[in-house]
Amino acid sequence: MSQRDRMRRLIGFTCLTAARIEALPGISRDHNIIMPRVTELHVNGVARRVNASPDRSLLCVLRDDLDLTGAKYGCGEGQCGACTVLLEGDAVRSCITPLSRAAGKHITTIEGLEQDGRLHPLQEAMLETGAMQCGYCTPGMIMSGVSLLAKSANPNDAEIVHGMQGNICRCGTYPRIVAAVRMAALRQKTAGRTA
Amino acid sequence: MTLTRRDFLSTLGGGVVVLCVVEAADAQESGRRTRGGDAHPPEISAWLHIGEDGIVTVFTGKVEVGQNIRTSLSQAVAEELRTPVAGIRMVMGDTDLTPYDMGTFGSRTTPTMAPQLRKAAAAAREALIDLAASKWGVDRKAVQVADGRIVAAGRSAGLGGLTGGTQLVHKIGADVTLAPAAEWKIAGHSVAKVNGRDMVTGKHRFPSDVKRDGMLHGKVLRPVAFGAKLANLDDAAAKQIPGVTVVREGEFAGVAAPDAATSERALAALKAEWKTEEGQPSDSQLFAYLKANAEAAEDRQAQGSIEQGMADADRKLSGTYTVAYIAHTPLEPRAAVAEWNADKLTVWTGTQRPFGVREELAAAFGIPQERVHVLMPDMGSGYGGKHSGECAIEAARLAKAAGKPVKLVWTRQEEFTWGYVRPAGVIEIASGVKNDGRMTAWEFHNYNSGPSGSQITYDIPHHRIQFHPSKSPLRQGSYRGLAATANHFARENHMDEIAQALHLDPVEFRLKNLKDERQRAVLAAAAEKFGWGKQKPAAGHGFGVAIGFEKGSYLAACAEVAVEGSKPKIVRVVESFECGAVVNPDHLRNQVEGAIIMAIGGALFEQIRFENGRMLNPRLSQYRVPRFADVPVIETVLVDRKDLPSAGAGETPIVGLAPAVANAIFQATGKRPRSLPMAV
Repeated sequence: MSQRDRMRRLIGFTCLTAARIEALPGISRDHNIIMPRVTELHVNGVARRVNASPDRSLLCVLRDDLDLTGAKYGCGEGQCGACTVLLEGDAVRSCITPLSRAAGKHITTIEGLEQDGRLHPLQEAMLETGAMQCGYCTPGMIMSGVSLLAKSANPNDAEIVHGMQGNICRCGTYPRIVAAVRMAALRQKTAGRTA
Repeated sequence: MTLTRRDFLSTLGGGVVVLCVVEAADAQESGRRTRGGDAHPPEISAWLHIGEDGIVTVFTGKVEVGQNIRTSLSQAVAEELRTPVAGIRMVMGDTDLTPYDMGTFGSRTTPTMAPQLRKAAAAAREALIDLAASKWGVDRKAVQVADGRIVAAGRSAGLGGLTGGTQLVHKIGADVTLAPAAEWKIAGHSVAKVNGRDMVTGKHRFPSDVKRDGMLHGKVLRPVAFGAKLANLDDAAAKQIPGVTVVREGEFAGVAAPDAATSERALAALKAEWKTEEGQPSDSQLFAYLKANAEAAEDRQAQGSIEQGMADADRKLSGTYTVAYIAHTPLEPRAAVAEWNADKLTVWTGTQRPFGVREELAAAFGIPQERVHVLMPDMGSGYGGKHSGECAIEAARLAKAAGKPVKLVWTRQEEFTWGYVRPAGVIEIASGVKNDGRMTAWEFHNYNSGPSGSQITYDIPHHRIQFHPSKSPLRQGSYRGLAATANHFARENHMDEIAQALHLDPVEFRLKNLKDERQRAVLAAAAEKFGWGKQKPAAGHGFGVAIGFEKGSYLAACAEVAVEGSKPKIVRVVESFECGAVVNPDHLRNQVEGAIIMAIGGALFEQIRFENGRMLNPRLSQYRVPRFADVPVIETVLVDRKDLPSAGAGETPIVGLAPAVANAIFQATGKRPRSLPMAV
């Protein structure tokens, strides 16, 4: 096993994405990728100044540099969905998304869903169905659900399960989350609001 | 330094203060510590304050980890103070602000903390009534407290409106009477999670979200295997990275840097040589190892003589059952932010035992406990997996060396590898039964997994239940329901086997051996809802039932399982649950549903694999936990016993699923699963 593999296996990383691990000092000197630093991100409708290496994870930059801590670290390998944000409306796992992929695109985080004091229908539905216990998976669940509803305005339960399969709720509130997505779909249809 | 009660009270403003004084039975749990370090008089276990602004603030050392006690305790106080839940603020798990508490585990909050807070609230209400009667010159019987106001004969005031800058202090006595559950107006109802809005907007700051000025990000160098010793560390390359602090103290090595990416680079630049300990046990030899290293047994429950019971039996059965190590896998891994100010240490961390972590920190740094402040923001759950303070200590070491606050968030791999796991175990059962289904003998031995939930509610004249501690190859610890899942899996699986051997209906067979009315009631409730005995399972499907009792709660579960090929799929689960008077029906249902879903993982596929001191599956891509598609139809039946005290309910609903599913698999396939997980 190479030192790099050993490191990934034993420790994992919270901030550096795979591309950067290749280029870690003392591990491999062949992969030093020279890319310009990212200086601006479009987050929740606002241009935000940053000064970050393009191989850092989007999650890390959102949380540490922009103090948008709604997206959570859960696994660092795109398996749990706690870090889910929208990139041009599509749900992505920000923990494995290098910043370079997000630069120049519209990023939406959980903090950007509420508009003029009004919660998104899915946020409301999560509250009404009591679809949480500890709440740590909740922002990622909501972002995955918002993306799902944008693609399929009236999903049935099987489609919701399929669309949300990449998000883990360790407290086991899945049936309530399915009910919340269904409720939000109905509300959106009635209100004519799109996600 | 322990504050006197007078010092302590002088720190509060005007208003009403009610102190909960420790009762002997609860002395181990909250308040009355033996060692120093308390910021409050030691006899106080919780207290509440009604400010002149009418805001009710409740102080308890219990913590919120997703079980929703922030809400249920608010309801308890709101009920007795006759004030809306929204007017109550809970200060929880802060070692400087709240009284000592041993920790949030064992389903203890509802049976022990809630009644104390209810008494405090009731005492506060009575004090306000006295005050109003005297200030307004009216009979106290004419004074009412309703909707957060004190009202009498056309006059009215807010809860904090009558104290006029003075401080009224009450110690609750034994004579405080509480509203009976049948009359509850706020408790007993489905109040929504009090900080739910902060959860859906991402505003809530979990421990891993805490940020301090000038904060650095830490990483810890982990050994290549359990027991490995750091033989040599070359930190030259890491030290060359600007802004990096490298810390080496004995076996501990770590780094801190201004941002997480730099700390990760610095960690990767450390060149470590390890002296490993080879020949450690692996999962393939686990159960033999646990048996071979068993210590002297402790009797947990015993009656009569097993020999006599076996002599009385027409049929004798025996069975061996095993359960694997599993990981709690809280979605938020261990996290801590540590900050030193002069000689005082402050740590924000996710833990079920803030006071225990304070003790660990004080010991690690050789400082008195009053110089350590631990704060526990509502965290991304624990399930019994966050009792210890290792992450807090690591963050504090790095912060001390760097001279700046340091945040340390364990990666998922670290959480899997360096936390602790639910104990694995071997269970052996021998039983004797009459041909008519009356049990005569029950001998039960649990090796390593633990004694919880091994007691029987069946009436078996001759029984002996023993727990044999053993040497665990992996670091093991608490878990939701502890060993009750393992012990229920073995017991209810074995009971099913007896019923099948005698060609008796599994529900009828259980009822034949049960006198406990509460246990019978939950079984009847689940069987009825499931439609037990009304229909036969479809081809390839099976039905199974199991009952249970632990930590003051009773349950019964019925499951339908479909087996395609060798893979069982849980189709439907009905679980009845009785924990005395229900405090919040919706949150109780949420706990029962969630526990059933969490139980699916341990029942079917969760298993820690290890070999020679190394974890083999310490990632979520390698360790499967239940997801949306694993969820069956779940129906819960809450048996609300308003005549009984409320018991905790965060743990026990987890124990019924595995045996019910095992018994359903047997009916579907004719093969009896005797090991957890069952589908690997």
